[in-house]
Amino acid sequence: MTTAEKRLGNAANFVDERIGAAGWVKKSLNKVFPDHWSFMLGEVCMYSFVILLLSGTFLTLWFDPSQRDVIYEGVYEPLKGIKMSAAYASTLDISFEVRGGLLMRQIHHWAANIFMAAIVAHLLRVFFTGAFRKPREFNWILGILLLTLGFVEGLFGYSLPDDLLSGTGLRITSAIIQAIPLVGTYISFFLFGGAFPGVGFLPRIFTLHVLLIPGAFLAVITIHVMLVWYQKHTQFPGPGRTEKNVVGHPILPVYMAKAGGFFFIVFGVIAFLSAVASINPIWLYGPYTPGQISAGSQPDWYMGWLDGLVRMAPPWETHAFGHTVSWNILIPALIVPGILFTGMAFYPFIESWITGDKREHHLLDRPRNVPNRTALGVMSITFVIVALINGGNDILATNFHLSINQIMWFSRIGIFVLPPLAFVITKRLCLSLQRADRDLVLHGLETGRLVRMPSGEFVEIHEPISPQKRFVLTSHEQAPALELSATDARGVKRPGAIKNKVRARLSKAHAVGLPKVTSEDLKEIEHH
Amino acid sequence: MKRLSRYRRHRAAGPFLLVVALLAIGTTFNVASATVAQSPNSFARTSAIEEGRQIFLKGCSSCHGLNAEGGAIAPSLIGVGAASVDFQVGTGRMPMADMSTQAMRKAPVYNAEETAALAAYVASLAPGPAIPTDAVLNYERDGSTAEGGELFRNNCAMCHNFAGQGGALTQGKYAPTLMGVEPKYIYEALITGPQSMPVFSDKTITPAEKLSLIKWIKSAENEPNLGGATMGRIGPVTEGLLAWVLGIGLLIGIAVWLTTKAR
Repeated sequence: MTTAEKRLGNAANFVDERIGAAGWVKKSLNKVFPDHWSFMLGEVCMYSFVILLLSGTFLTLWFDPSQRDVIYEGVYEPLKGIKMSAAYASTLDISFEVRGGLLMRQIHHWAANIFMAAIVAHLLRVFFTGAFRKPREFNWILGILLLTLGFVEGLFGYSLPDDLLSGTGLRITSAIIQAIPLVGTYISFFLFGGAFPGVGFLPRIFTLHVLLIPGAFLAVITIHVMLVWYQKHTQFPGPGRTEKNVVGHPILPVYMAKAGGFFFIVFGVIAFLSAVASINPIWLYGPYTPGQISAGSQPDWYMGWLDGLVRMAPPWETHAFGHTVSWNILIPALIVPGILFTGMAFYPFIESWITGDKREHHLLDRPRNVPNRTALGVMSITFVIVALINGGNDILATNFHLSINQIMWFSRIGIFVLPPLAFVITKRLCLSLQRADRDLVLHGLETGRLVRMPSGEFVEIHEPISPQKRFVLTSHEQAPALELSATDARGVKRPGAIKNKVRARLSKAHAVGLPKVTSEDLKEIEHH
Repeated sequence: MKRLSRYRRHRAAGPFLLVVALLAIGTTFNVASATVAQSPNSFARTSAIEEGRQIFLKGCSSCHGLNAEGGAIAPSLIGVGAASVDFQVGTGRMPMADMSTQAMRKAPVYNAEETAALAAYVASLAPGPAIPTDAVLNYERDGSTAEGGELFRNNCAMCHNFAGQGGALTQGKYAPTLMGVEPKYIYEALITGPQSMPVFSDKTITPAEKLSLIKWIKSAENEPNLGGATMGRIGPVTEGLLAWVLGIGLLIGIAVWLTTKAR
């Protein structure tokens, strides 16, 4: 043993005698993670969150979240002498007078946009591969919670600089709060400290934005990652991969090096974007006053679909007992997202109720092998995209010389027609892909080589695929639909007959698929 | 003399004399009328109005009526003033390329002289806003950028966007971009209210304030892109697009690359 090793050993021993975690660390460092690009989307979320924390901390050093009036005397000429809030003035100072301030602001905002985009991408990966199934339902719900927190945190961050766009967003926020029946106006008064825009809202959301919500984020992210750690990562099917093992690289050294390097790559991409592309140029928007608004006012993209739903809502209102119920805001901004997010959170339980599958799953599904779920996912994406298109209707209208009214009617009709259409098309596509897989297993790869037989006949040579590939294409299980009869064995009508009928229908739809290739099929084809 | 008298009774003498006489009258008229056009003062204005009327009859009257009284598809031009004509014709909006929702800016059909003649003709029909002179338009000296910004956000941004990039109105109509628009035309648009735009009279926005507005618009036009590429200065839509396409796109590409190398 060299002196250096001896010294290191002594130091390690000193720490271990006081902490006693050596055994746990040793076990943990041998933990294995499977390798797939889509498994790194969650890492993008985590790394951009770290970047948000760092850049956000930098911004708090100069930001003044106060709504008190000041006269701007900074370096930006077109706003000199204009009355504005201290929040807006300090954001201008960060942008123009703090060294590296504008870059930090842009890093913070681009990181936020990428954070939310990565969450959505990560969520889609988990959904389409069925990674949310037992035992990971709770972690799925935590993920939905993180997404929801992200909406709120993003909205608050967008509102804090108190520029014209921020204020417009807050105006809509206050309108949505006021649309809650009975208590809405009271809640709005309490939050804003009076009638809109009030004097207290910015300092309040500042505390939430920099303290409470990041704290909640940290807590939920920790549980989220700990659960992945404890329950182990899922993996795609392949030879040697089972429900009982994990195939991949151990944490040290390969995985750690890759993950650590990937952090710097994510940081690099965000810093690159922030260096070359302007985001939220608040000095152009001007300070917020309730009397002003800009054409083409838009929320950040992750709120854009909600804005689009509000924009397409017909002007329905009910007046009763001295109260106004604004259905035009209540339905698109609260009821529809409420239903969507509740449905999304409970989807793992809904699916297991439909399939009757209560087993643990650690092997992922290939999306085509579960056509119903995949189609449902694409249907949801279509819904959000139609809403998002309508959210940007004014921008689309000016830039593509369209009529804003036509876009609105397209979305009003499209929001009902296109998602079901996407469902049907996706399901057919999945079945076609299954058919292609089946062909590949049975007939092999088309080589493009034509051979002329002695008889004069031309045939194309097909090469059999590798056993590994054949395994991947045939290893999935195909559970049959639930058999739920309306009567029991003695012919007595069961309670909850309608519920069973619905469940059987759903189960049947879920189990649709091409029968996968069996060894009998293969043997038969070998005879030919 | 002998030669002349010899041909005096020639067959072609009559027609020849007729041609000479016509040429003489024509030349005299031409010279005479040219002299009239060159002389300044009220006489010139009358002729510009006349010239404008001729252009109007050829190019505009089929829609606006023979006496500019308007018709089923075009408004009356009586009382719209020279500023209105200068704006509409000078920016190429009139004559319209087609009868779609809105006349758009394009290369002008008439040159400066013809436009001035048209303006003079329309202004002669009834009093209306006049074309602002260069002396009036000295926005660099008489305007204030900060005040202009405040006025812009109060009066213009709701249609023309916070940075004057233009925005959508109903039924395919739109507020055009203000980038690259000459100060004269901005001023004329303010006092005449073309198409969907309201009139901002000198009582609503004083001439000095109008110059401030112009100064702010010009400063927005010349403002360097402080934060990097602006992607059209139209707000979060293009930002979100870039975050997905370039940001997530690049990161997924790198993730694919990282995991492929390991195999």
